[in-house]
Amino acid sequence: MEVVLKASAVTRVLEGEIPVTLVRDVNLEVRSGEFVAITGPSGSGKSSLLYLLGLLDRPTAGAVSINGTDTSEFGEDELADARLSQMGFVFQSHFLLPEFSATENVMLPMQRLGRISQKEIEAHAATLLDDLGLAGQAHKLPSQMSGGQSQRVAIARALANDPVLILADEPTGNLDTAASANVQTILRDLARKHDRSVVVVTHDRDFAKSADRVIVVVDGKIEAG
Amino acid sequence: MNSLLSSIAVRHLLARKRQSVVSLLGIVLGVAFFLAISSLMQGSEDDFIRRLIDNSPHITIVDQFRNPHPQPAEQVFTRGAVQVLRVKPETETRGIRGYKQVLEYLRTISGVTASPVLDGQALISFAGKDVGISLNGMIPADIDRVSTIGNYMVAGKIMDLAANRDGIIIGDQLAKDLSLQMGENLTVSATTGQTHTFKIVGMFHTGRANIDDGQAFVELKRVQALLDRSNRVNSIIIKLFDPNRARDLAQQIESHVGYKSISWQEASEDIMSLLLIRKILMYTVVSAVLVVAAFGIYNVISTVVMEKQRDIAILKSMGFHARDIMRIFLTQGAMLGAAGCAAGIPLGCALMVGIMNVSFKMPGSKDLTYMPVSWNWIQFTMAASFAMAAAVLAAYVPSRKAAQVHPVDILRGAA
Repeated sequence: MEVVLKASAVTRVLEGEIPVTLVRDVNLEVRSGEFVAITGPSGSGKSSLLYLLGLLDRPTAGAVSINGTDTSEFGEDELADARLSQMGFVFQSHFLLPEFSATENVMLPMQRLGRISQKEIEAHAATLLDDLGLAGQAHKLPSQMSGGQSQRVAIARALANDPVLILADEPTGNLDTAASANVQTILRDLARKHDRSVVVVTHDRDFAKSADRVIVVVDGKIEAG
Repeated sequence: MNSLLSSIAVRHLLARKRQSVVSLLGIVLGVAFFLAISSLMQGSEDDFIRRLIDNSPHITIVDQFRNPHPQPAEQVFTRGAVQVLRVKPETETRGIRGYKQVLEYLRTISGVTASPVLDGQALISFAGKDVGISLNGMIPADIDRVSTIGNYMVAGKIMDLAANRDGIIIGDQLAKDLSLQMGENLTVSATTGQTHTFKIVGMFHTGRANIDDGQAFVELKRVQALLDRSNRVNSIIIKLFDPNRARDLAQQIESHVGYKSISWQEASEDIMSLLLIRKILMYTVVSAVLVVAAFGIYNVISTVVMEKQRDIAILKSMGFHARDIMRIFLTQGAMLGAAGCAAGIPLGCALMVGIMNVSFKMPGSKDLTYMPVSWNWIQFTMAASFAMAAAVLAAYVPSRKAAQVHPVDILRGAA
């Protein structure tokens, strides 16, 4: 399996009067179709590592490569383009735009990328929502849906541009047990059945155990995995 | 892409209907007042200039030279150390020499109507009273085409001077002062000592005291004889079909005939600069209304940016560029500006129609006077441009702030 994501000696130091090291010398590879869970105590730097892997933050030292391309020299626009075309994000909160319906939220990344026609965008959004069991919620606003449904819309939005990598930060943190199980199943299936690489930050041990690989982060360093 | 950003911008505004409507009202009222006030001020200026153009010559050729003639010695020894001191001009009969040739030349220029005038001081004596006046000698058929004096005749007409070469037209106030009636004779004495008796064939009333009691019109040849200036006039009055050509044409005429030719713009330079200052002040005041309205837009968009930090963060994490975010909020400003213009222009037109219908009587006038309003497209373009510029500029600062949002800062705090 080819390497989709590679972190080489990635360090992130938060500058200030007293510099804080969020991530320390992390080396990591995620392969195609691999489901990786990142776990660790609160404040250990899991989310910071995920933001670095997702090109939302720049490492102070080291480099992150996507599909073999080193991104350390990328400008802000190139990083944004890489996120748009190759990555999908799911956060603890669904972060759907409240004024837009489920379908419109899913359509946003596709419209920004502009690779396919408006008709194809609408059809693809409908398929994604249907696949995630949300066909009946397509025209609803986020405020009219449950937390689980909204999180599934967020997953559909993350999948909109057919990314090679899904990054999820505590995606089940705000959900009840049933909704949480549902989201976990979807993310696992994305890796196993749809050959996408999935990196999930989670506190949930059972969820982490179901991953292909578990990475334990302590004080910004990978302790195991 | 543009439609996507516009649709996000619209949704943001619609989500804050009340605030958006209030800021929109600011622009609507700003545009309407801008239009109403600027069109009234421009209308009054146009009216003033129109009256100025109608009631004064477009070009006046006077019996003076713009620069004194250079002395022959200076012309010959241009590079020599020659200084001619205490030059006394030759004593000659004042006036434009060869004015008939000048008139011939003027007739060759299209859109030009000219009339020669010789004026001088004189004394009217009647019933033991002597009154100093300005005596204007002219050719009746010509003066009627270049002057508005014919419009102010209250008795007789200008052409009566052609029928009676010894006729005189005086102001009604002068007639009143001297108890003169139409058809009566009066004696005019010139500064040369010559006298002539004229018969009153017409009276005028302009409403301006210095003209109504101090001016009189007679046939040109009579004045030339009285002032002992045969074949001379001291000015040629010119009316143009297009008064805006006056400045250029005056230069052309002056370079050809040599005599100083004064356009109405040159003659009214002090008034024109006053009007310009008035215009600058007026636009400053009416623009201030729009600047105040722009603060409403700034307030709304700043609030939206503050409230939408999470949405901005998620859009950026999704792959939207910083400039996309900026365009969303600039679009909001442009939309409020455009909607403000769309509603403000009809409201401004309604105000303009209302102002146009305000009528009043000027002191001493029998007719109703209406407020002059300019419907020039420039007013509309300026109102719309100022509104759009104010709205977009007001949106610029919060848009820039939105574009600088770092998604990690927001996502970390919101998790």
